[in-house]
Amino acid sequence: MQLLLTAILLPPLLGAILAGIFGTIIGRVASHRVTVLGVLISFICSCIIFKNFILDHQSTQNIIAYTWGTSGAFQFNVGFLIDNLTATMLMVVTSVSLLVHVYSIGYMRGDAGYQRFFSYISLFTFAMLMLITANNFFQLFFGWEAVGLVSYLLIGFWFTREPANFGSLKAFIVNRVSDVGFILGIGGVITLFGTVDFLPVLAQAPKVAASLPTISLFAGTSWSIITVICILLFIGAMGKSAQMPLHIWLPESMEGPTPISALIHAATMVTAGVYMVARLSPLYELSASALTFILVIGATTALFTGILGVVQNDIKRVIAYSTLSQLGYMVAALGASAFAAGIFHLVTHAAFKALLFLAAGSVILALHHEQDMRKMGGLRRYLPLTYSCFLVGALALAAIPPFSGFYSKDAIIEAVHLSTIHGASYAYVALMIGVFVTALYIFRAFFMTFHGSCSANSASQDNIRENGWVIWLPLVILAIASITIGMIVKHADALQLALHAFTSLPFWLAIAGIVTAWFCYVIRPAIPAMLANKFSWLYYILIKKYGFDDFNQIVFVRGTRALAQLLYNYGDQRLIDDGLVNGSGRLIQWISATLKRLQTGYIYNYALAMIIGVLALVLWQMLIA
Amino acid sequence: MFNFTLILPELFVLCMVCVVMLVDLFVEQRQQVLTYALTQLTLVGAAILTLCIYCIPTTANFSGLTVHDHLGSVLKLAIYITSFFVFLYSRNYFRQQNMGKGEPYLLGLCSILGMMVLVSAHNFLTLYLGLELMSLPIYALTALQRDKEQALEAAIKYFILGALASALLLYGLSMIYGASGSLDITQVANVIGANSTQHPLIFVFGLVFVVAGLAFKIGLVPFHMWLPDVYTGAPNAATLFLAVAPKVAVIGMTIRLLVECLPGLQVQWQELLIVISVLSMILGNFVAIVQTNIKRMLAYSTIAHGGYILLGFIAGTAAGYSAALFYTLAYAIMSLGAFGIITLLSKQGFDVETIEDLQGLNDRNPWLAFMMMLLLFSMAGLPPTIGFFAKLSLIEALVSTHFVWLACIAMLVAVIGVYYYLRVIKVMYFDKPLDNKPFSLAWDAKMAITINGLAILYFGIFPGALITLCQQLFWSGTMLN
Repeated sequence: MQLLLTAILLPPLLGAILAGIFGTIIGRVASHRVTVLGVLISFICSCIIFKNFILDHQSTQNIIAYTWGTSGAFQFNVGFLIDNLTATMLMVVTSVSLLVHVYSIGYMRGDAGYQRFFSYISLFTFAMLMLITANNFFQLFFGWEAVGLVSYLLIGFWFTREPANFGSLKAFIVNRVSDVGFILGIGGVITLFGTVDFLPVLAQAPKVAASLPTISLFAGTSWSIITVICILLFIGAMGKSAQMPLHIWLPESMEGPTPISALIHAATMVTAGVYMVARLSPLYELSASALTFILVIGATTALFTGILGVVQNDIKRVIAYSTLSQLGYMVAALGASAFAAGIFHLVTHAAFKALLFLAAGSVILALHHEQDMRKMGGLRRYLPLTYSCFLVGALALAAIPPFSGFYSKDAIIEAVHLSTIHGASYAYVALMIGVFVTALYIFRAFFMTFHGSCSANSASQDNIRENGWVIWLPLVILAIASITIGMIVKHADALQLALHAFTSLPFWLAIAGIVTAWFCYVIRPAIPAMLANKFSWLYYILIKKYGFDDFNQIVFVRGTRALAQLLYNYGDQRLIDDGLVNGSGRLIQWISATLKRLQTGYIYNYALAMIIGVLALVLWQMLIA
Repeated sequence: MFNFTLILPELFVLCMVCVVMLVDLFVEQRQQVLTYALTQLTLVGAAILTLCIYCIPTTANFSGLTVHDHLGSVLKLAIYITSFFVFLYSRNYFRQQNMGKGEPYLLGLCSILGMMVLVSAHNFLTLYLGLELMSLPIYALTALQRDKEQALEAAIKYFILGALASALLLYGLSMIYGASGSLDITQVANVIGANSTQHPLIFVFGLVFVVAGLAFKIGLVPFHMWLPDVYTGAPNAATLFLAVAPKVAVIGMTIRLLVECLPGLQVQWQELLIVISVLSMILGNFVAIVQTNIKRMLAYSTIAHGGYILLGFIAGTAAGYSAALFYTLAYAIMSLGAFGIITLLSKQGFDVETIEDLQGLNDRNPWLAFMMMLLLFSMAGLPPTIGFFAKLSLIEALVSTHFVWLACIAMLVAVIGVYYYLRVIKVMYFDKPLDNKPFSLAWDAKMAITINGLAILYFGIFPGALITLCQQLFWSGTMLN
């Protein structure tokens, strides 16, 4: 088992090192070969693990590789926890990563940073694998930060572009904010349980919770420590999985290359928060308050970020908001204690969202890096394969049976419907409306891109054609996966569930969304503009993304700068530099100059000083005695 | 008890003084090579003699007029060694500045003889005799450049104020003699120790005058006024002489008087020393900042260092005394080097006076600049130099006797002190020289300054031996009771 894990973890790292450090020596072709080979080995070994655990039902394995350090009673181990959850995640990460690696060969062709790109995505794969195989909080945190770092590097991959730099910094800083919660949560775990290993923590949790430990965060209040820890850890997840109000970095992350958006900002990294909560599900089960918090946050994100997708014109932004919305669904599932449903949606989402991104990337590449949907249209004639793949992804996303998204989303909505915790009814309504919105925005993008008349001029129309096999092969594989995963997982009930859908509300909402999109963007293209005019205030709010960005810009960015300027002017310049440093210097100079005047040079003054000195000392001593 | 073996070094130096005088008078010699050589030989011989009798156990000699003990021997050795370097540094200066023929050497040897008597005195009379024998030649040495007004002014100031201080000391000693009925240090200590709870007022009265006399000789506030003027006015070589060995001897006298003679009045002299020490540290460090004359700056730093040395006495423990002695020895090495470099840099008709005279020393003679930097670092108390451990052991002694506030003051003013030492380093290294000519040294001076500078470093990195030596001197068994 240990050997198998080594074969999963190390090849991507080796690939990253080879392509990163020796990239210029070994050249472009060797760089992508070595990284693809590394991920391929990982993928094959992951398949073996998947077979052992999921199909052959092997029991959970907790491996301690070596002790990294000891401090008092604490032991920090590098260790791995392999169970069904890990096996599933391994499968998702390595397969999507492998496809994206292959896709990138085509997409990144000719880019100056070709080797750097492959080094980064291989490094990302390694970090993500470390994250999902960790058996303790520290190792999880290591992977957590490492994927964050690579994400930062890849969003800013084209570092000469201003928005790319802005986006990468934004992603980095927002994640730092959430990390504060995560680190505090880990601190709480250490304090309460005295260990950072998952299994002991989860085993002790019910016993510890039974004693109802409380903590006083503010004077006079008393909180359940379990709830505090759960919420703090979830704040970490909110940053990584882009939940409101920490979602603001994800749309901006689209400045990175499209394969990255597919791999990191759709299929794998952003689901780390969902994975973490699922991993700690026994802990979260002990706190109803934390679950309510998670449910409300998830449902809110699912609905409101979905609505924003309707007004975006950049094809990648639409899919980015869709990712936010779908992450909201997963988190809502966690809040409703439907952890399996959440992970199920994670898996199906990884397939169809990677498909949508890669298909969008195919369109973008065919149009020579044009991302504005208003300049597209009618592309189905030029890009038939991409068109059908995008359609599959869109149907899966819109939860139309029997595509995979239907099964997972149906499970979530059902779980939330059955949930009885506070906020469950709000969440149910939000998720239902979300189904309509999801279908609306994705088919809006679909119709705008592939139907209608072609906006590109005739000269460039001749140049639009399908890309090479490295581009379409991953699309086809993902399309097949998007169609089949749901049916495979639910193999016994697949047909029954699909048929049942025709009598359920979510299905008809999705159909309504598709029809609305079709009517507004194909039949009567004037309607959207008219609506935007009529409800200009609503449109304004949506275009401004509810003002989160402006709020952050004004309050946090400008506020921080103003505070820094204030501290610089008054604290640093006036108080410390002028007052303390130069002031004490001036004071000493003044004292020195004054004392210097005592030295008159006259011998009788000196003698007088001596006599006065003796007399003063004598008098003092006499008075004491 | 008349054991002449125990005063062999003193007798040897006395004889050699006569020999040197006669040789200087009757032998024709250019550049006083013979006088110089004989003087240095005297110091070497005295050192050998002192080492030969070092192991003889502590004894009172000549009916208690003098004492032979390790403390005296160690102080004498320190005096010989530092004086040897002083003469070595000054040789060219004496010749070029026209300071007489053999006079400086002769006066120096007489003064050294006085110091030897002083540090081994065990009776108020011997003590006073040694003190005056030490001081009078220095007054003359200061005035040796008879055509220089500044030097004469300094000599007169030094002489008159010195006489006043001697009078104060003598007055104090006579009070104690009158009250105790004895001049012998041990007997006085016994008389005072006998009724240790309630002392007659007259003892305290006498003590104040004794402390005032000591404070003058060390150069402490408010008896410090002579020091900057004399250091500045005297020829550089004379400043060098009076800044080093006499300091060691006077600290020896302080130990004899306060620690050996008047331990019964410790509470009283502690109070006095606290006031004097704090004032000295503050005034010395503060006023040194605004000085432009390097000798004057070092003079004020001497006042501050005197204040630091007192801290060891204030602690009032064996650890404190040994820390004070260690600091004294460290300071002797540091001021020897600093004033030595100033003397070496002075040429015919040109005395190094202002800090600007050191501008760009690094360009002219990098090694000398490096040595000066080490010395200044040490004075500032920065590791890895001896000055750091000197301050550290003082602070340790203070803290262990709960004078934490005093330790804090000492550290704070030390920080202020760092400023003016670093300023000199900045001038040496970062300012352009006024005179671009490279500056070269004679081989012996070069070697001496190298040994001097590296000693700062050596004892800063391996201070163990010297610290242990200082501590052994104050173990109860080695002192005469």
